[in-house]
Amino acid sequence: MRKTSVFNQIVVHTILLISSACMIVPFVWMVSTSLKYPDEIFVFPPRWIPRNPTLENYTELFKSMNFGRPFLNTIIVAGCITFFSILISSMAGYAFAKFRFKGRNRLFFMVLATLMVPGQMTLIPVFLLMRYLGLLNTYTGLIAPGIASSFNIFFMRQFIYTIPNDLIEAARIDGAKEGYIFFKIILPLSKPAITTIAIFTFTGSWNSFLWPLIIAQDERMYTLPVAVSVLAGQYVENIAIQMAGSCVVITPILVFFLFAQRHFIKGISLTGLKG
Amino acid sequence: MKTNWFWILVFIGPALALLLIFLIIPIFASLFLCLTDFNVRAMVNWSNAKFVGFRNFIELFQDELFWKAVLNTFYCLAVAMPVTVCLALMNSVLLNREQTKLKTFFKTAFFLPFITNTVAIAVVWAWILNPHYGVLNWLLGIFGIEGPNWLGDPKWAMPSIIMLVVWKAVGYNTILFLAGLQNIPDFLYEAAELDGASSWQKFWYITLPLLKPTTVFVTTMMIIGYLQLFEEPYMLTQGGPLNATLSIVLYLYRQGFKFFNLGYASSIAVVLFLMIASLTILRLKLGGQD
Repeated sequence: MRKTSVFNQIVVHTILLISSACMIVPFVWMVSTSLKYPDEIFVFPPRWIPRNPTLENYTELFKSMNFGRPFLNTIIVAGCITFFSILISSMAGYAFAKFRFKGRNRLFFMVLATLMVPGQMTLIPVFLLMRYLGLLNTYTGLIAPGIASSFNIFFMRQFIYTIPNDLIEAARIDGAKEGYIFFKIILPLSKPAITTIAIFTFTGSWNSFLWPLIIAQDERMYTLPVAVSVLAGQYVENIAIQMAGSCVVITPILVFFLFAQRHFIKGISLTGLKG
Repeated sequence: MKTNWFWILVFIGPALALLLIFLIIPIFASLFLCLTDFNVRAMVNWSNAKFVGFRNFIELFQDELFWKAVLNTFYCLAVAMPVTVCLALMNSVLLNREQTKLKTFFKTAFFLPFITNTVAIAVVWAWILNPHYGVLNWLLGIFGIEGPNWLGDPKWAMPSIIMLVVWKAVGYNTILFLAGLQNIPDFLYEAAELDGASSWQKFWYITLPLLKPTTVFVTTMMIIGYLQLFEEPYMLTQGGPLNATLSIVLYLYRQGFKFFNLGYASSIAVVLFLMIASLTILRLKLGGQD
């Protein structure tokens, strides 16, 4: 290990501690406020650990605000998007990587080209289409546009491309059909790529806001982010209940992240440096 | 080996169909919609929409609110991008030192804001920034500084938004820079040390030039992401006070989904796309020069 002065160590760690405190304090404040009775919220200096903690804000959130419904909606929507997106993207990725057919490269280029177009370009036409098909306020309307991801197709194609052709050829000689090859050879070998995509697709759809905001006008179809934004408008003065709402949206992903942290960070470096 | 068309269709068909319906056709539909006066009346019956040529664009370029939104969005980009890069670079260099302790803890802490839901954490920030009951102004008060009315003052509203934007982005970019730093071979630093280079010289002449691919990637992603600023002003200020935080996408949302001027909103989307595309190309060109 190289030598370093004690002074350097202190400076470096102080900077890092201050930065990470800036990152963590909003979360701590959120959790602690969500556990407080109104009289303790405006006490200064803030009491980071409530003296008299209560879960009342949460019970009110789920009882009178019906937060269970958006919670369920978000799980259904994010879960379905993740499942179908992985299935469809890895199928297409396999075909683009290993099948040979006329026009393949041109088709793949077209998929890549759509990566550059911002979501707002497609927002209005897709909204009109959904309205025309009567799919506003439906799960299909919330889920279907999220499944089509050119990034996921691209990512799966790049990964499957590195799987040796010999494996596939050998299976073909043994008489395996394409379906068998895909489910029994390609998918198991693509596990690292699938994990990465699963994590990012699930987190992305859990956090997605603009599309659900537009498509779900009926309270029963709200997803969590939409429900929280409405809550902030309705309970303007009730900080504690707003914090409880935010907590419900943030915590599941946070816990998920703490467990799958290694994959998250590996995924970032993997997908990030592709560009 | 040539694959038969049946299997090609089975494997590519679903993905292609979805991409066509939800991405490719809508892109062209957008290009068509922006040339029509599609509005509330057309929502009832599509045949009420008329082709108006470039009238939407002419109106848009004379629309003061639109220019205000463009200006605000670029203000955010111009401040948030360099600040994010500097903070992320600093954090990653500090985390990359052999002697730094608690690396996993710091990485986790930095990363939390990135995976956090913007809407939900914006609600938290709105209270942190509250001029009377907010933690931030209380903290400033300890140092004898009277904090401003962050979200209520047109001068301070955009900086507040930028604060949240940067807070969310630093961790992600720290991880990217860290990956870039780990690709720099150690022997370069060792050679420089033998030549008596100072830490600062090593950073300036080895680290920065060799990080260039990461920097280009990171700034390109920021151009794309920051120009689409929406959730932060939607939640914190609704574009106010006095439209000081109105962003391009927020204006698009207002025109399209509050007033249902969908033709006009489409023209905003097209202009936004052109801005993002040209700036991205420009950035990549500048990045690839040497």
